[in-house]
Amino acid sequence: MEEMLREYLPILVFLAVAAGLGIVLILAAVVLAVRNPDPEKVSAYECGFNAFDDARMKFDVRFYLVSILFIIFDLEIAMLFPWAVAFKDVSMVGFWSMMVFLGVLTIGFAYEWKKGALEWE
Amino acid sequence: MIQADLSVILPEIFLAVYAMAALLFAVYTGKDKLAKPLVYATALVMVVLAIYVGSSSTGTTEAFGGMFVNDAFARFAKVVILLSGAIVMVMGEDYMHRRGMLRFEYPILIALASVGMMMMVSAGDLMSLYMGLELQSLALYVVAAMRRDSVKSTEAGLKYFVLGALSSGLLLYGASLVYGFAGTTKFAGIITVAQHGEVSVGLLIGLVLLISGLAFKVSAVPFHMWTPDVYEGAPTPVTAFFATAPKVAAMGLFARVMHDAFGHAVSDWSQVIALLAVASMFLGAVAAIGQRDIKRLMAYSSIAHMGYALIGLAAGTEFGVEAMLVYMAIYVTMNIGTFAFILMMERDGKPITDINALNQFSKKEPGKALAMLVLLFSLAGVPPMLGFFGKFYVLRAAVDANMTWLAVAGVVASVIGAFYYLRIVFYMYFGKDGEEMQSRGSMLLNGLLAASAIAMVAGTFTTLGIENAAASAAATLVH
Repeated sequence: MEEMLREYLPILVFLAVAAGLGIVLILAAVVLAVRNPDPEKVSAYECGFNAFDDARMKFDVRFYLVSILFIIFDLEIAMLFPWAVAFKDVSMVGFWSMMVFLGVLTIGFAYEWKKGALEWE
Repeated sequence: MIQADLSVILPEIFLAVYAMAALLFAVYTGKDKLAKPLVYATALVMVVLAIYVGSSSTGTTEAFGGMFVNDAFARFAKVVILLSGAIVMVMGEDYMHRRGMLRFEYPILIALASVGMMMMVSAGDLMSLYMGLELQSLALYVVAAMRRDSVKSTEAGLKYFVLGALSSGLLLYGASLVYGFAGTTKFAGIITVAQHGEVSVGLLIGLVLLISGLAFKVSAVPFHMWTPDVYEGAPTPVTAFFATAPKVAAMGLFARVMHDAFGHAVSDWSQVIALLAVASMFLGAVAAIGQRDIKRLMAYSSIAHMGYALIGLAAGTEFGVEAMLVYMAIYVTMNIGTFAFILMMERDGKPITDINALNQFSKKEPGKALAMLVLLFSLAGVPPMLGFFGKFYVLRAAVDANMTWLAVAGVVASVIGAFYYLRIVFYMYFGKDGEEMQSRGSMLLNGLLAASAIAMVAGTFTTLGIENAAASAAATLVH
């Protein structure tokens, strides 16, 4: 009996993951969030005085583009640091792997430059 | 040592370098004017690579300490991926060109997605699995949103991205648990830990999360929600691509993880996959009945087909994997023909996807209607079309593995599913007079439609040795 039930455990785990995840995500907003609104709370915060206009204004999509490009090169730095720290211990394979990685990134950079992603106007 | 490793992944390196070189060349010279030649050049490169992969090496070779495996299974999947990718890309060129959405990035993204897919089916480690999967997915998110000025296309891209990110999260969480409990990310190491009856609960949860993540990629119920929206919103040539090569790659990856890493614990995962298969087959069959949009209908159709392919995997036997591979090859062939037909559907130069437009189509274009009839019969699994033999293979694999109930469920679902395929046939031959539809397409599209339909009939007599190739592929995978 014990053995037989154990064989069905994968299904149970699977169902629990499938159902549980969905329910948790929906319920979390209902259960965890404290909702006690009053006019002061729901209005946008503007350093003590009343809001001038709607906080939901449109942003230029180029901000988004620049921030994405920033993230790519930020991650590159994050990859380079441990490599540089362990430079004495990485073999030639490690060195050339990083060179290939940088080369691929440079191709991406050349592409975006030529494509005009860095031009503001 | 390193030269030996590099020679194993030569096809992947070549395609990646080609994609990067083409990207730089195009952006510094003609940009979108080069799009058309680039489509053909990329297709040529992919076909040449398919021939190289298919004919070059034999046996099993590993690279980078087992992270990358080149065996008969990987080669079979790669040939199908590269050929179908090339054909679908060339097939959609005219459609995209006429509607002004052919950019030079399109063939390059397809090439990069193909590199990812080749990596997926050759993965021998959880790391290389994830790398291949993400390379493929990221390229596909972008092509789904190719039409930036269309709300539907951008919505499709965004939905695909958000849900894809969620599935990657599930998969990574599963991978981290598997690593934690098995102590290694290599499939060859995991399989020694995951023996029959000795799989710890932690490893089991990791396995189930891995299956959930992979089920997203093959669009199996209950992780199928993105499929109809993405299929509908993406430009039709992109939809055709989604329905073919990535499905083969995801299925190949699924089989590889299950057999290479958990091959000694078949009973632990085969029930889960059987559940996915049954749910996919029935949802795909029932939900498609209400669809009037042929692209959404094909989305549900592909969900149902993935259910059948998963039966082969659920059987957990060598024959099961062989059946799955044969099924996927047949599925891709059918889909190429069907999408060639969908790409030709238009009214006053605008593409249409409403199935009502097919009313009385056989009166205008009897030849095309007949080809579509053959393909729809094959999709429904009506004998003697090739689609029937695909289903027959997977059902036999289920029966051989003492899962007769699964085979029975498959037969019942295919009977329900036959309704909506046959309804299109009914519209084409006996429908009411209604809105007019033209079917305009190049020689290439007509040729592919005809070739695919002929293959469905000719497949009854010969399948050009696909079974043998699939059998030897399955033999290298299953332990």
